[in-house]
Amino acid sequence: MAKILTNGNSAIGEAAIRAGCQCYFGYPITPQNELTEYMATHLSRRKGCSFVQAESEVAAINMVYGASLVGARAMTSSSSPGISLKQEGISYLAACELPAVIVNMSRGGPGLGSISASQSDYFQATRGGGHGDYRCIVLAPSSGQELADLTHRAFDLADRYLIPVIVLGDAMLGQMMEPVEFNYEAPDELSIRGNALRGAKGRPSRIIKTFTSNPAELEEINWSLFRRYQLIIKEETAYETYLVEDAKLIVVAFGIAARIAKGAIKNARADGLKVGMLRPISLWPFPSEKVKDLAKRTKHFLVFEMNMGQMIEDVQLALEGKGEVSFYGRPGGVIPNPSEVYRVISRLYYQKGLKTRK
Amino acid sequence: MRKVYTRPRLLKKVPFHYCPGCGHSIIHRLMTELIDEMHLEDRIIGIPPPGCSVFAYHYFDVDMAESAHGRGAAVATGIKRAFPEAIVFTYQGDGDLAAIGTAETIHAANRGERITAIFINNAVYGMTGGQMAPTTLSQQVTTTTPYGRDTGIEGYPIKMSEIVALVKGAVYIERTAVNSPANIRKTKKAIRKGFQAQIDNLGFSLIEILSPCPTNWRMNPLESWQWIDNEMIKEFPLGVIKDITGKTDAD
Repeated sequence: MAKILTNGNSAIGEAAIRAGCQCYFGYPITPQNELTEYMATHLSRRKGCSFVQAESEVAAINMVYGASLVGARAMTSSSSPGISLKQEGISYLAACELPAVIVNMSRGGPGLGSISASQSDYFQATRGGGHGDYRCIVLAPSSGQELADLTHRAFDLADRYLIPVIVLGDAMLGQMMEPVEFNYEAPDELSIRGNALRGAKGRPSRIIKTFTSNPAELEEINWSLFRRYQLIIKEETAYETYLVEDAKLIVVAFGIAARIAKGAIKNARADGLKVGMLRPISLWPFPSEKVKDLAKRTKHFLVFEMNMGQMIEDVQLALEGKGEVSFYGRPGGVIPNPSEVYRVISRLYYQKGLKTRK
Repeated sequence: MRKVYTRPRLLKKVPFHYCPGCGHSIIHRLMTELIDEMHLEDRIIGIPPPGCSVFAYHYFDVDMAESAHGRGAAVATGIKRAFPEAIVFTYQGDGDLAAIGTAETIHAANRGERITAIFINNAVYGMTGGQMAPTTLSQQVTTTTPYGRDTGIEGYPIKMSEIVALVKGAVYIERTAVNSPANIRKTKKAIRKGFQAQIDNLGFSLIEILSPCPTNWRMNPLESWQWIDNEMIKEFPLGVIKDITGKTDAD
């Protein structure tokens, strides 16, 4: 199939439709409106599909919950402040073991913040986000193509593990025009998840609930979620490495920051600095084992994020002190360019004495 | 001997956790009878959000799913949009529907969602121990209005059914009570009409039911029935508030 030049938000919409998304519920917020508008144009008229512009983010995520209850592939999208509002619903989805896809094209914060690209929702996304002991799978694309591919994967993962999956992009990825190839055709028939709540026809009635007055019962539910999370960590950790084989310094960055870092690393390599990169694609589960593995040969890590340092905690936890971690971050929606990151890389490289004579 | 009454087939054989004199048990009975009579059991889905009746799923022998507090109408919207063949009802208290879920209720009604909201108005937050509800009467003593509800400070009892009636997508709204055999019969008839409006694909229906809460009203069951007649109905008059279904009782 030919490549299409499209903005990132629309790429997510098209990928979702091709993944068999039946219902989209959303609320306007910049910088992700193109996605909501894409679904209004392209999903709403599809046979059996539904688009609702909800009265609030809270309502939108609860509509997703309703659609997921009856076995439909459902999604919502928003940007940072709106994602905060959705956390109640995400917690219920996690508790009820219901699949859903939630897209966060994040922007600067805290508060209303800015509408520019930021990565400051890393903690919120990877630590559950709402109340209670739960996790969401978090996928971090770094290009238009990956927005499409990971959106498709998000629906599959959500169904496979009965878990909410967050696609964590940012304002820049959402707005940027890039060529994208869609590798799937939309299914002819929408599939209904097995065991969904569709009326007690030919089977006993069923209950889907989270509340219990018995703490021991809830403890078992938490254990059961935890066991599934262990399986997800084992099976679904995803990352990309770039020029790490001989690297003396490894940059760890995700999403659009990794894209920027790659440019900086190319320049560094051209100047003879042995720099590589680890790009976590799944932020939860975080590729801790890979970090540990890289630390067997490389002792210096530079974490680069468009925030004040959030993923750095996962890198430090993974290293358990077996590597030296530096940090460079730009918060608030400021987008650094590759030459700025290159300056940081080269300064660190020389400071740490990694440049040896040939 | 002729059998004139039996336990509804769709009411599970478990003891109610509700307090003596509570209206929920009566309404559960009416609804399970109706679901059976209208042959809806294999496609009905009930949504009980938090409140005493969050446990309604222990009693209704039909598919049920809990929603977050106040979000019933949004959850029901998602269900109905994804699965239009379902008959969907929410079973919400006054705090749920008329305070924290006001926005969800009004906008689901405005979209004309084909859902039926069963709205239990007992003028207090029951499950949490009798705090002021949006429907608490003026001067009514609750645990958070210990000196009586002062409308100048705490606002007025909200007439949610009348508010929702202003919304175009709402097609059937009636207020009833379960404090006498006659009112109980009228309540069942009202819920039937609410379900029928949904079956006929007409729009949003809402049945508000004034329901006794003797425990939190600090009354015995008989006094609570009388209090509905003497106090609540003055603020919340019974009857059909809106009916644009085009149907008469004869239909």
